[in-house]
Amino acid sequence: MPPIHPRPAVRSCLACAAPAPMRGGPAADPAPRHALRVRPGLALRALVVGGLALAGWLPLGAQAQTVYVSSEKDHKVHVLDAAGKLQSSISVCQRPRDLKPSPDRARIYVVCGDSNQLGVIDRASGKQIDGIKLGDSPELLDLSPDGKTAYVTIEDESVLAAYDLASKKPLFKVRTGGEPEGVLITPDGKTAYVTSEDANVVHVIDLAARKVVKDIKAGQRPRRFALSPDGKELWVSNELGASVSVIDTGSQSVKATLEFKIAGLRASDITPVGVTMTRDGQTAWVSLGRANQVAEVDVASRQVRRTVLAGKRAWGLALSPDEAVLYVTNGLSDDMTLIDTRQGKAIRTVAAGRVPHTPLVLAR
Amino acid sequence: MQARTPPSLPSNRHGWRRTATLALGAALGLSGLAPLQAQTGKPTAKASATVATSATDKVALISLDDDPRYATRRLEQAYPGHPGGRLLDAVQLGIDDSEVALRGIRHGLALQDARATRLEALPELLAKLKQERAKFWLLDLPPEGVQLAVKAAGSTALLFNLSAPHDDLRGAHCAAQLLHTLPSHAMLQDALVQYLAARSWQNAWVLQGPSADDALLLAAWNRAAKRYGIKTAGIRAFKLSGDPRERDLANTRLLSADRQHDLVTVLDADGEFARTLPYATQQPRPVVGSNGLMPLAWHPQWERNGGPQVSRRFRKLAGRPMTGQDWSAWIAVRSVVAALVEQPQASAVGHAQALRSGHIFVDGAKGPRLSFRAWDGQLRQPVFLAHGDGVVGLAPLDGVLHPTDVLDTLGIDQRESTCKAAP
Repeated sequence: MPPIHPRPAVRSCLACAAPAPMRGGPAADPAPRHALRVRPGLALRALVVGGLALAGWLPLGAQAQTVYVSSEKDHKVHVLDAAGKLQSSISVCQRPRDLKPSPDRARIYVVCGDSNQLGVIDRASGKQIDGIKLGDSPELLDLSPDGKTAYVTIEDESVLAAYDLASKKPLFKVRTGGEPEGVLITPDGKTAYVTSEDANVVHVIDLAARKVVKDIKAGQRPRRFALSPDGKELWVSNELGASVSVIDTGSQSVKATLEFKIAGLRASDITPVGVTMTRDGQTAWVSLGRANQVAEVDVASRQVRRTVLAGKRAWGLALSPDEAVLYVTNGLSDDMTLIDTRQGKAIRTVAAGRVPHTPLVLAR
Repeated sequence: MQARTPPSLPSNRHGWRRTATLALGAALGLSGLAPLQAQTGKPTAKASATVATSATDKVALISLDDDPRYATRRLEQAYPGHPGGRLLDAVQLGIDDSEVALRGIRHGLALQDARATRLEALPELLAKLKQERAKFWLLDLPPEGVQLAVKAAGSTALLFNLSAPHDDLRGAHCAAQLLHTLPSHAMLQDALVQYLAARSWQNAWVLQGPSADDALLLAAWNRAAKRYGIKTAGIRAFKLSGDPRERDLANTRLLSADRQHDLVTVLDADGEFARTLPYATQQPRPVVGSNGLMPLAWHPQWERNGGPQVSRRFRKLAGRPMTGQDWSAWIAVRSVVAALVEQPQASAVGHAQALRSGHIFVDGAKGPRLSFRAWDGQLRQPVFLAHGDGVVGLAPLDGVLHPTDVLDTLGIDQRESTCKAAP
C-alpha cells in the first residue's frame, strides 16, 4: 500500500475556479461551531485557513472530525482528517467493507468479506483489537439500538445473521433472497429491513419472531437504505433500476419511485448505490455509481435539486457531523470526493486506497 | 458423460422434478439455523414442500446424450470458450436464485433434464415434451437441433438457445419464440475487434481452421474488422498435422513468419490448434481469437458487479468453474422468472412478446441490466475480453457509441437484421 497523498484532481479544480464559498473563514460563518472554540494558538491557523477559503478552499482542516475509509483491497481502514489528509492506516481483517461505530463511539466494527470476520477497531489505539467469526462473505451490517447485537448480511449464504457482540456467538440466521446487501434496523430494534440484490425485494424481518414477514418488491438490484428521521419513509437505492424506491413503513409498500435522469446519460449509466438523509429529513443524497455523480434530492417533493460530479463509480456516502461536507468513495478511481453540501460543489478528491468501500465520519 | 451426472438426476429423465414450489408460509418461516436449501450441494429433489403455489410451469433442459462437447476426454481438455460440463447445474442455480421471486408470485417451476440419445431421436423427445405441455424449453443443442425444436414447439413453448452462437439462428433461421442468451459469433468478434481498435492494433494476421464453424468465425471476423477498420494482413489456413509434407500448414512458426502484422488472430472452433499458438509464433506478437485474448460470455475471475457471488454459488453447486454456457443457461432461467413475475398467467407467446419488447430486464452480474433485442431475440449483453487467467477488458469498450443502446454495438443491429419472425 503506497502512502496516500491528497492530490488535487481535475474535479476539485472545478471548485477552485468557483467563487469563494460562503462558508469561507470562521468570520464568514454565522454558526462556526468549531471556530468559536478555537484556542488562541490556533487563531493564526484559522486566519490562514480563511485565506485559503478565499482562494476557493473550504477550511476543512479546522473542523473536528475524523473520516474512516475501508479499503477493500488494502485490507486496511484509512484514517483521514476532515480535509481528507491521511493521518494513519489501520490494518484490519481481509477485504473490509461496511463500518459502524459502537454507541459510545469508542469502537468501530468492520465487516471483512474475505476473512469472514467482524473486526473490532479501538479508536484510541488505532488498532483492530478483536474479531468475531461471521458467515461466508459478509457484506453490510447494522447494530441493535443498544449496541449489543450485530446484524450482518451474509452474501454467499443468503441470510441475515445476528451475532452477540459480547460473547462473539452467533444468535440466529434468517433466510433471505440471493445476495442480501443493505440492512437497516429500526430505532425500536424490532424490525430489520434487508435488500436482496438478486431477488429484487426488500425483506421485512421481525427480529423477535426471527422470520421474514413481508417481501416488498423494489426496483432492479436494490442495494442500500436510508430511513427518514420520523421513521415513516424508507428509501432504497435500486442499482440497475436507476431509481430509488420510497417505502411507506406504515403500510410496508412502495409509495413512490424516484427515477434519476441526467442529460447526456442513459438510464443504464445511472446506478444508484449509496443513500443518506440529513437529520432534518429534508435532503437525501444518493450516489449514482457509474454516472460518477451524486444527487441531492428534496425529500418532500422527491425532486433532484442538483447533481455533483464525484469520481468513478461513486458509491459510499457519509455526511460530516455538521452535514456541511459529504464524503463520497469512488470504487473505480480509488479515491474519495469531498463535497460542499451548501454550494453543491466538489471541494477536492483525495486518494483513498484500493477500492474504497465505506466512509465513516465521526467527531474527533 | 454419464459419470458426470449427479447421482440424484437419472430419475429426472423420466419425470418432472418440482422445485422452488415452497409454500408461502413455510418459506417465510424459514429461519434459524435449519439447513437451507440453496446451500445444499448437489441439486436434490425438492418435492418436499406442500404447495401454496397458484401454478407450476415445466422447464425442460433439452440436450443430446452423444453431444461430442460433453465427451469425457473432451471436457478434460477444457478449451476456453467451450462448455465445462452439462448445463443442468446452471439451470438449477437459476431456479434456486429465483426462489424469492417465485415465492412472491406463488409460482413453481418443475425441471426435467430431457435428453435424446442422438439428434435423430430428438423429434420424439420434443413431441413428448409438447404433449406434456412443457412451457419453457432450454436448448443445449447443435444448430440443427435448435431448428428441430423450433419446428416441434410451434407456439406452445418459449425456447431459449443456450449454447449455439450461430448467427443464422438469429437471422435467416430465427423464430418468433426463440430467444438467445449466449452471445453470437458476430457479438463475440465485434467485442474482440473493438478492443483491438481501442488499442490501435491495426494489422491482423489471420489463421483459419478447416471446419465449417471456422468459416463462420472468419465471416464474423471479417464483418467486425471492416466495421472497426482493422486490416487483415493475410489469411492462412492451418491444419493439425505432424506430416512433414504439410508443415507449412501445421507449424506455428511457418504460419506466422510474416513481418507486417501487429497480432495473430486464430479462428479455431475446435480449440486444439489455437492452444498451441500463444508464445509459439515466429514474431513476438499477441494471439487473439480462439486462444490468447478471447471474447467470452463469462469468466469465473470476473470480480465486479456481483460476478464473484454468481461464480461462487455455481462452483459450490457444480464443483467446477462457471463457463459462458453455464452463464447463458443461468440467465435464461432468470429471464423466464422475470417474464413470469411480469405476467404469471401469460402464454408462451405472451412471454415472448414481453421479453422481446425490451422492457423486461435481467441482472447478469456483468454491470448493466440486460434485455432482449426486439428484432432477433438475442440477449444484449457486455462481452468479456479475457485470457485464461483473467479479464482484461469489457466490451462495449469506452468510447464506442450507439444512437440508442451502446450494447447494440455488439452483433447484428436492427437495421442489419435479416430476421423476419416476431411474436
